[in-house]
Amino acid sequence: MATIMEYLRGRADGDLLPWSAQLEAMTEFGLPCRMVEELALTLGFLPSRYQRNRRTITTGQQLRLLRSRVAVIGCGGLGGYVLEELARLGVGTIVAVDPDVFEEHNLNRQLLATPATLGQPKVVAAAARIDEINPAVTVVPYFLAFGRENGGDLLAGADVGVDALDSIPSRLALSDCCADLGIPLVHGAIGGWYGQVTTQFPGDDTLQQIYRHWTEGKGVEQQLGNPAFTPAVVASIQVAEVCKLLLGEGEPLRRRKLVINLLDMEFDEIVFDRHLAVVGG
Amino acid sequence: MQITVKLFASFRAGRFITAIREVEAGTTIADVIGQLRIPLQEIGTIMLNNRHADPERPLQEGDRLALFPLVGGG
Repeated sequence: MATIMEYLRGRADGDLLPWSAQLEAMTEFGLPCRMVEELALTLGFLPSRYQRNRRTITTGQQLRLLRSRVAVIGCGGLGGYVLEELARLGVGTIVAVDPDVFEEHNLNRQLLATPATLGQPKVVAAAARIDEINPAVTVVPYFLAFGRENGGDLLAGADVGVDALDSIPSRLALSDCCADLGIPLVHGAIGGWYGQVTTQFPGDDTLQQIYRHWTEGKGVEQQLGNPAFTPAVVASIQVAEVCKLLLGEGEPLRRRKLVINLLDMEFDEIVFDRHLAVVGG
Repeated sequence: MQITVKLFASFRAGRFITAIREVEAGTTIADVIGQLRIPLQEIGTIMLNNRHADPERPLQEGDRLALFPLVGGG
């Protein structure tokens, strides 16, 4: 291992490691991209692809992201953008779960939907895209529906779960599974011009509170559908929350739901305070 | 008695953003939702004077009611 460390030191440009050097190291030493990246970061060299992160995310934090595992449940409107951003951010392992193939009505908003991917499983397109964007990232695709029965296996080892689902019972199942495993969950939901984001920590019951009046069926998305921009906005806020959770930085949307109205351009916050819920509920 | 109702997101379409409404004593949140012709299953969050409330709750003079639709798409 001393040899590759010397090699990386020799090829670094200041404290940056250019992609060409990373590629050469992979070939020279027969190592996967991820391992070269991890070694470089351990030595304090930042792969050049992350150089615009560095005022926001330090080299040490970049290593932390590489060693993180995030489970993205749902790879449609929200999930497509979430996967893209997590891969560019440099999250090392991404679990992608979705039972669907791309259909024509996905083309207006789902990042991975193109005429060429119609009929293809969404998780297959996701894995190909992530490999294209950032080969240091490992994708674990599951072409199946998330449920209470498989939730524990799908989320095992994840540091954070991302709710990019499109059905309320599945969201509640995911919430319960994350609670059982003791991992935080970043929830996002959209419909028309509107969306919402919250972050639920183990022991919180924010999703139960959000859907406390739900009995059956879907929300406003049933009538309004979803345009191109709403998933991008909501997914980006979700990824910012994931990044903060992985790095232990900032103030998450804990016990508060950000309510987004892009038509009137209003952002409101609903607080789910335990005491208020007890007193006011 | 008078209450203030504030609607959010799609509930505003064809209705209003904020309105002061005259309601009879004993009127519940569900009654107001019905008067606004909002199906109960479309309700996401109900805030009464900035606290979460259930539809069965009777209203008081000066109450501020806020209604948010259910959002579940992905």
